[in-house]
Amino acid sequence: MLVIRREICGYCGCCVSVCPRGALELIDAYLSVEGECSSCGICARACPLGALEVADEA
Amino acid sequence: MRPEYDLLVIGGGPGGALAASTAAEAGLSVGLVEKRPAIGVPIRCAEGVGRDLLEEFMDPDPAWISAEIDRAVIVAPDGYRMSLEPSMAGSEVGYVIDRKRFDRELVMRAGEAGADIQVKTRAILPIMENGTVCGARIEQNGHVQDVRARVVVAADGIESKFSRWCGVDTTVPLAEIETCVQYLMTGIDIDEAATVFHLGNEIAPEGYVWVFPKGPRTANVGIGISGRKSRDGHRPIDYLNRFVRSNFPDGRVVEWIMGGVSVCPPLEKTVADGLMIVGDAARVSDPITGGGIYNAMFTGRLAAQVAADAIAKGDVSAGALMPYDSGWRTSKLGSALRRNYRIKEYFIRLTDEKLNRLVHSISRLDLAKFSTLEIIKELIRHDPGLLLELKAIRELL
Ligand SMILES: Cc1cc2nc3c(=O)[nH]c(=O)nc-3n(C[C@H](O)[C@H](O)[C@H](O)COP(=O)(O)OP(=O)(O)OC[C@H]3O[C@@H](n4cnc5c(N)ncnc54)[C@H](O)[C@@H]3O)c2cc1C
Repeated sequence: MLVIRREICGYCGCCVSVCPRGALELIDAYLSVEGECSSCGICARACPLGALEVADEA
Repeated sequence: MRPEYDLLVIGGGPGGALAASTAAEAGLSVGLVEKRPAIGVPIRCAEGVGRDLLEEFMDPDPAWISAEIDRAVIVAPDGYRMSLEPSMAGSEVGYVIDRKRFDRELVMRAGEAGADIQVKTRAILPIMENGTVCGARIEQNGHVQDVRARVVVAADGIESKFSRWCGVDTTVPLAEIETCVQYLMTGIDIDEAATVFHLGNEIAPEGYVWVFPKGPRTANVGIGISGRKSRDGHRPIDYLNRFVRSNFPDGRVVEWIMGGVSVCPPLEKTVADGLMIVGDAARVSDPITGGGIYNAMFTGRLAAQVAADAIAKGDVSAGALMPYDSGWRTSKLGSALRRNYRIKEYFIRLTDEKLNRLVHSISRLDLAKFSTLEIIKELIRHDPGLLLELKAIRELL
């Protein structure tokens, strides 16, 4: 599962551009993940600040 | 927004603004939607633009010029500074602008030309009929409306979701996104007339650090690195903090700017039935510098010109819009993008040792004009050893 750390996110949209599934959407300062996310972690790599994290599914 | 326009533009950056103003001036009815509440804010840019390039569109106005640049300095990994002087100033020196005011000015011009503008309004879906894009569903403050258009221009920047919803894959490969952080810093010692670029795998792997003056003792200090080099502890923010600590320890940070810029080849096709894709959304930013302001303006204007023609002829199929795609590809911009992509592919493989050698060689060149093209040409003439390595690039010149 993709975890968005809102206290870190700079809502720049860099992650949105690299998501192979188009699962991320940015509305102003609010980034959201939609259903198609495969937890591939590409967005987490691209984030300039480290606001995204793929957490193990419990 | 009216229920129907000739041209609907998604995004109020330089690409969308130029599409809207050009189309309105050509007599089309135009609507432009921007999802943010303010044009140009928050900025996602280092704000550098070439003099010749900017002046192709407008006269420079002190209202949105932060600094005039007549020199570029390249700092090699070993700290050696190479200065490119005004005598060789070419298209890659110019201005550092104030994008908050610049972007707003461009959108206001579109408004003056007759375009309807709506901010805090997001395109949430394309309207598609038989595979043709016929408009967009937009939303403002929870109010949803369908806006039909003969042609839709996707100028939605690095996110480029609108074209994706229309079936075009706009994904940027991880290795080809430059992930960036920039501080607007004050109270720092800088050369106010020079843009400075720091190279090196320790400083900015597959990227560079820039210092772009914004006025007295003030500058955009930023970094971009390849997405594939970014990981915990080695993110742009980490590299930037390290750079700032050792170069501007007493500076004050008054703004944080984040963003991504693509250095991949442009989309394979920038038109579809009823759709044109411009600027960052089309992945036309420069693969070496990451610059994309001019590229967005150029493609935005050209798209509107071709759209006006296609609408007048009553055919907005991909085939009828194709002169836009082939137009920018065969332009100077198109060939620069192809060439610079190949050069970038070469540069990112260089060790710091090789980079040092390159910068030292360049500094001994007798450059008539400062541009990437000129530098590479002269390098080949100057350093026969490099000739072999640059062979792949040579045929592109
Ligand atoms: C850190 C950094 C530094 C840079 N430095 C430079 C530089 O020095 N010089 C240079 O030339 N270029 C630079 N660039 C690149 C430059 O900023 C872009 O190329 C340029 O802004 C592209 O313009 P555009 O109109 O295509 O997109 P943008 O300016 O990004 O505009 C797109 C707009 O579309 C809006 N939008 C997105 N989705 C929707 C939707 N669904 N509905 C409505 N609106 C939407 C966005 O909110 C945005 O305002 C830099 C980029 C970064 C990230």
